[in-house]
Amino acid sequence: MAEKSPQELIQIDLTPPPRKWMNPAVDFEARRGTWSYPGGVKSLDYLGMPNVREWSPTDADWKLPENWQQIIHDGFKDLLKKYRTLEIFMDICVRCGACADKCHFFIGSGDPKNMPVLRAELLRSIYRKDFTAAGKILGSLAGARELTEEVLKEWYYYFFQCTECRRCSVYCPYGIDTAEITMMARELMNLVGLNINWIMEPVANCKRTGNHLGIQPHTYKDNVEFMCDELEDVTGIKLDPPINRKGAEILFVIPSADYFADPGTYTFVGYLMLFEHIGLDYTLSSYASDGGNFGLFNTAENMKKLNWKIYHEAKRLGVKWILGGECGHMWRVMHQYMDTMNGPADFLEVPRSPITGTVFENTTSTKMTHICEFTSDLIKHNKLKLDKSRNDQFRVTFHDSCNPARAMGFLEEPRYVIENVCNHFYEMPENTIREHTFCCAGGAGLGNDENMEMRMRGGLPRGNAVRWVRDHHGVNRLTCICAIDRATLPPLVEYWSPGVDVSGIHELVGNALIMEGEKERTTDIRGVPVQPEKGEQDDV
Amino acid sequence: MALFELGDVSIEVDEDGFMQEPENWNEAVAAALGSTEGVDDLTDDHWKVVNYLRDYYLQFGVAPMIRKLCKQTGFQLKEIYELFPSGPAKGACKVAGLPKPTGCV
Repeated sequence: MAEKSPQELIQIDLTPPPRKWMNPAVDFEARRGTWSYPGGVKSLDYLGMPNVREWSPTDADWKLPENWQQIIHDGFKDLLKKYRTLEIFMDICVRCGACADKCHFFIGSGDPKNMPVLRAELLRSIYRKDFTAAGKILGSLAGARELTEEVLKEWYYYFFQCTECRRCSVYCPYGIDTAEITMMARELMNLVGLNINWIMEPVANCKRTGNHLGIQPHTYKDNVEFMCDELEDVTGIKLDPPINRKGAEILFVIPSADYFADPGTYTFVGYLMLFEHIGLDYTLSSYASDGGNFGLFNTAENMKKLNWKIYHEAKRLGVKWILGGECGHMWRVMHQYMDTMNGPADFLEVPRSPITGTVFENTTSTKMTHICEFTSDLIKHNKLKLDKSRNDQFRVTFHDSCNPARAMGFLEEPRYVIENVCNHFYEMPENTIREHTFCCAGGAGLGNDENMEMRMRGGLPRGNAVRWVRDHHGVNRLTCICAIDRATLPPLVEYWSPGVDVSGIHELVGNALIMEGEKERTTDIRGVPVQPEKGEQDDV
Repeated sequence: MALFELGDVSIEVDEDGFMQEPENWNEAVAAALGSTEGVDDLTDDHWKVVNYLRDYYLQFGVAPMIRKLCKQTGFQLKEIYELFPSGPAKGACKVAGLPKPTGCV
């Protein structure tokens, strides 16, 4: 937990720093708690990344390659050639400032360089110097500056202080995708060996085992069986989910935390109960064992490799299509990058619900459908036996996870599911939900402990909105459809809005499902006794 | 990476004091790491948790699910926090010489 108390942390100083912004000096030692540890040697070696060495941001010497400026210049040139968007994003910004106060990290820190416009200027100023005539001739008068070691250190600090949530992009009149600016800066930093361990170790693990946690097949099986045993104690239903089964109709892909850490594990059994309920012909995979793709936070090359694993497994198992679980950034990768990286997945069929016959034509290219869409369709066709009152102890709100909301426009389906499995649902204020949703402040690889102060600062707007529904509607359950959320929101709400618990949506589906052969349900699927407080559940 | 030394123990650790080479773990290392976690004496209850974690890690290559740790050792989560103040993942796993889990956790 952050060392500062919420009362201390909320004293946000908005006085501009004395130094001119173009002349940076980040004191990493003084700013502990707001940056992440560098990538570990083992992971970097495994991935074959450049300039592998032991170093720390607090060192004076970052042990950069001798020609590091040339490497970055050449890398920048390559990226400009490869991505037309980058050149547009570099040229088009008029510095109107519409994005300035939209970033959760700026709101919670008051640091001007967390204004998305200024964060982007950190890169743009180098672009101007190296690639525009005005910048080459006029220098700082044209907003251009030399790439010095201090500038590079500042990149490391601020581009690993962006969660690529894209809230700022919603307000940009030019539609600049600021997450892609951060992604480009991270690509460049990787060329000289600047990256963070909370990204690099998951990427290395995922390349080796198929998931970020490094869970091997026998462990995968053991975890799944343990969760099913626990569920049997609560419901009397014995599930025996298929793993790596060739010839199944559907491959189901989930984030790895769902079969490792609470509360995601309850979302996991919620999925399995649903599949049992409808008799779905599906399989899990211990190889395509993570929908999450930390390559997105690292390099396009690593993202592509980790994404391909899912399709490779779909091909190997001979499934018809892929169903994806409550994972956040997986859907950014699927919806916006998969098709041009690895697609189209012509060897698969367009997803079609075997229960309702609905064809999910929106996934014609990727052949991968979101579970909330699949479940909404089941509910709409009246295919599920649900008892909403089993969730009566929960007063529920929904955190739109950044990527499903903003990268897919996925706004109605999760709400439709929640409203059909719960009686008490309350929205947070409208400027904090749907496409305006505020980030959990731990995405894009920043959800580590050493960065906790920055996470709590960035978590202030979300925490504040949760607090509002807690105080006005007695909300005690914050739902989300992302595993990073399920890991990072619990400490966030404990800090800013205590008394609210976090879960996925399919945990609530699991609670409400009336399963054939089940015993009388006296607890929720966590095993917590159900205490309906009839008469006290009226709206406040 | 840094060198952590206490008495006869000398091991490589990461920024948070987790062992870098779990294969070099032994009981003396556990005792030394315990002292960094506010655990001055490793009691039988501590060893029950540590030995379970250790055996699990050797078999499965990662830390166990926390619920599984509780069920198998018979301790409730709050009792594990009483034994290891920074909790099962940070305190107990560190003493048992396991690496930190990373990713969406």
